[in-house]
Amino acid sequence: MSAGIDLENVCCDFGTFRAVDNANVSIRPGEFFSFLGPSGCGKTTILRMVSGFIEPTEGTIRIGGKDVKGTRPNQRPTALIFQNLALFPLMPIWENISFGLEVRGVDKATRRKKAEELLKLVDLPGAADKMVSQLSGGQKQRVAIARALAVEPQVMLLDEPLSALDLKLRQHMRAELRAIQQRTGVTFIYITHDQGEALAMSDRVGVMSQGRIQQIADPREIYNNPVNGFVAGFVGENNIFEGQVQQAAGGMASFVTPHGTFRARLGDLGGKAGKLYVRPEHTVLSSTPATENSVPVTIGDISFEGSFIAIHATTETGAALTSEIRNDGSATVPERGARMFMSFDPARAAILPDANVRG
Amino acid sequence: MQDMLRRYGPGLTLLMCLLVAFWLIMLVIVPNITLFEQSFRPYLPVTEIGGPRDTYSLGNYMKVFDGRVEKSILGFSYTIPVHVYTFLLTIFYSMVVTVLCFLMAYPLAYYMAKIVNPRSLPTLILLLFIPLWVSEVLRAFAWWIILAFKGPLNALLQAVGLIEDPIRWTNMGYTGVVIGLIYTYVLFMLFPVYNAIQSLDTNQIEAAEDLGAPWWKIHWRIVLPHAKPGIASGSVMVFMLSAGSLLVPSILGSTTSQWFTQTIDQWFKDALDWNTASAYAFLLLLLCTLIVTLAMWLFRVKLSDIAK
Amino acid sequence: MHKLRQNLSHLYMMLFLLYLLLPLVVMSGAAFNDSKLPSIVPWKGWTTIWFSEMIADQRMMKAFVNTLWVAAAVAVISVVIGTASAILINSISGRARTVLYGMMISTILIPGVVIGISTMIMWTQLGGLLFGPDTRPWPFIPGLHLSVLGQVSYISAMVMLLVLARLQSFDAGLEEAALDLGASHSQVMRRILLPHLYPAIGAGAAVAFFQSIENFNVTQFTRGGADTLTVYVFSKVRSGITPTINALAFLLIMVTLILALVYEVNRRRKARIEAAREAEARRAEAAEM
Repeated sequence: MSAGIDLENVCCDFGTFRAVDNANVSIRPGEFFSFLGPSGCGKTTILRMVSGFIEPTEGTIRIGGKDVKGTRPNQRPTALIFQNLALFPLMPIWENISFGLEVRGVDKATRRKKAEELLKLVDLPGAADKMVSQLSGGQKQRVAIARALAVEPQVMLLDEPLSALDLKLRQHMRAELRAIQQRTGVTFIYITHDQGEALAMSDRVGVMSQGRIQQIADPREIYNNPVNGFVAGFVGENNIFEGQVQQAAGGMASFVTPHGTFRARLGDLGGKAGKLYVRPEHTVLSSTPATENSVPVTIGDISFEGSFIAIHATTETGAALTSEIRNDGSATVPERGARMFMSFDPARAAILPDANVRG
Repeated sequence: MQDMLRRYGPGLTLLMCLLVAFWLIMLVIVPNITLFEQSFRPYLPVTEIGGPRDTYSLGNYMKVFDGRVEKSILGFSYTIPVHVYTFLLTIFYSMVVTVLCFLMAYPLAYYMAKIVNPRSLPTLILLLFIPLWVSEVLRAFAWWIILAFKGPLNALLQAVGLIEDPIRWTNMGYTGVVIGLIYTYVLFMLFPVYNAIQSLDTNQIEAAEDLGAPWWKIHWRIVLPHAKPGIASGSVMVFMLSAGSLLVPSILGSTTSQWFTQTIDQWFKDALDWNTASAYAFLLLLLCTLIVTLAMWLFRVKLSDIAK
Repeated sequence: MHKLRQNLSHLYMMLFLLYLLLPLVVMSGAAFNDSKLPSIVPWKGWTTIWFSEMIADQRMMKAFVNTLWVAAAVAVISVVIGTASAILINSISGRARTVLYGMMISTILIPGVVIGISTMIMWTQLGGLLFGPDTRPWPFIPGLHLSVLGQVSYISAMVMLLVLARLQSFDAGLEEAALDLGASHSQVMRRILLPHLYPAIGAGAAVAFFQSIENFNVTQFTRGGADTLTVYVFSKVRSGITPTINALAFLLIMVTLILALVYEVNRRRKARIEAAREAEARRAEAAEM
């Protein structure tokens, strides 16, 4: 059983501060949906509104098509996994997991059985009688998931549950979470500020900034076709040129900058000024100028990042640009101080507005 | 409040509020208001209560100024009302007790916070707690035995040869009272000061040492200022407990050491004049509070520092 | 130089402990001295006569029973009030919190004489107001129940402080997690909050119990004609003393010591278990890497 979630014109104010501004999103049943954004962007507030710890100031939240206004957290078909996991330290693991059943009056033998089943599901058999303090970070993570699953929620809400783990374990748990989600088919709503996590696990991602949802799309779309500068900047690196749109036709436009006139895809500017964004891996360095979109640069620092090599360069006016080349063995790395040309494909560059914020 | 409702629901929240209300209203506020009100009424036989003589007046408070005695300090002789005299001495010796408690407790507090091996600290604290669990009356009684004319202290001092004739410890003014009060209340100084010093980052002490500060300067400039709130709360505790003590002065006092609480006790138990006893009790509370407030202002300590 | 200071401080600690504990040893020792006066000098030989005399002392036994009842009542009421107050204080903020907290704390500083007299006067006055001065029923007459109320008025604050300190280490997220899993408010209280507070509540009950036993000031003014141990010992010290008091003191100190020992052994056992668990968690952590 899983349910979809609809947010319609949802706003949430704390005093005069508007934490969430007019959020509209429709999450499908069984979907793995992530809200991605920096801290303070309102993503946790959305989660707490869905779980029922906060009531929205305006707007409607529907879970499985039902308006949940006034429904208390303990009566919603959602289960929340807290950032710090909030495992009960004084109960053994199996009591932790079956707590939701205990408060529903389920008898002890059934609870015990259910707890052991769930421990198997999260790949932690034999831990039933341990205490929370005996577990490692990753094991605690699994127990928290099992505890949330025990009440058979239609929606799981996860508030940055991996943030306390170290890098390697975090990557391992990503795959694990995704696998558990697919095994159970429950709708997952995942909150994170880590774009790698969001892009790797989710069916769709909602990028947020300053209380507003900036873009909702699948991970590829978010990365390849961000709708504005904020999204482009939050999910990856960019070379940014300031300038003016001159001629627009067929979704493309020419853009006049101090470094020359470039051609690029034209995003939805909504009447506002835009900037030109190009990802470093979409640029090419060459010793001769390309036919279009070419900037003369001087090569600066070269940093070796393992799977790729980042080459920092400056233009004649002193602006900093970056180019990345894959470290596939065939790449020739330019010398520091060399004079070269950086160019990019017009289809891979976009003219975008700044973030969508309240004016 | 909102938070509480959300967590515990209206029923439990109401119950908890009622419990707190019962405590603060029925056990603290109303009794003190009654005490205050009664302190302005004269002591009358039951039949006359509510009669024409039952009027509010400052009469009970004025009794503090009755009965003057002649005293002399440094050759100046003067007369002073006997109860005022008792009160002043009570305050003075309570301050003496407070200062001595601090001097005794500070080195140990520092030792517990910064020197002792942290693994043996719980055991040390447990040992220190033992006298605290033994009741106050027995602690005073223990010193009554020790200080007795033919008691172990005199016997020891004579055996070592420090004195030739036994000393009447409990007949030397306030000596016995001060000794008893220190023993009874020194731990109330130790633990707040220890808590305060414990929260000081040891790196600060080492940094000061590294910069060449002598040990006394480290204490004066680093440890003491940091421990000020703890010292303040310990001092307030010891001072109020000492000034309010009735047991220790009654057991270890001499014929010349009247404590203000004993005066109150005499009004209440011997004269059965509850109204005057109320007036005196209120005076004790008011003046002690004033002195504590004044001291806190002098030492630049805020109440919020103390009530931690 | 550094070494010397360290040794001096160890010495000071020893002296301080000696200063605290020696009087108790002297007092206990006098319980076994075959002398009419309670002292250890001159030593007139071993005896246990004072213990049998103590048991024969009807008034003392009555006072002892009274003391236990009062202490138990104070412990129960103070724990309930103190815990509720700590939870209330912990969940409010701003001015209301400062005022309430200040009021609660100030009860510890009010001299016992004031608490005793005010409690006594209020309840008898209230009785007089309701029923007339001659026909006041219980509880509006002096007696140990008023001692209980008077003691509760400041001992509750001590329990409150202990529980509040423990609450500070409580993760309120646990309550939200329980609510989210469908627990009712009373289930949250019973299964999540109270189990976390039990150590502090236990400590609070112990403190309340012992504070009540040693209370003199409040009891002295409210007790009416009834005795508690403290009051009885006090009257004995002022009138004729026999070493039965020392026998009593010895037994009380022994009980204290045994309780302290049990507590310490239990604490060490728990610390060992916790250390073993943490070691296991670290091993699991390493295994995942």
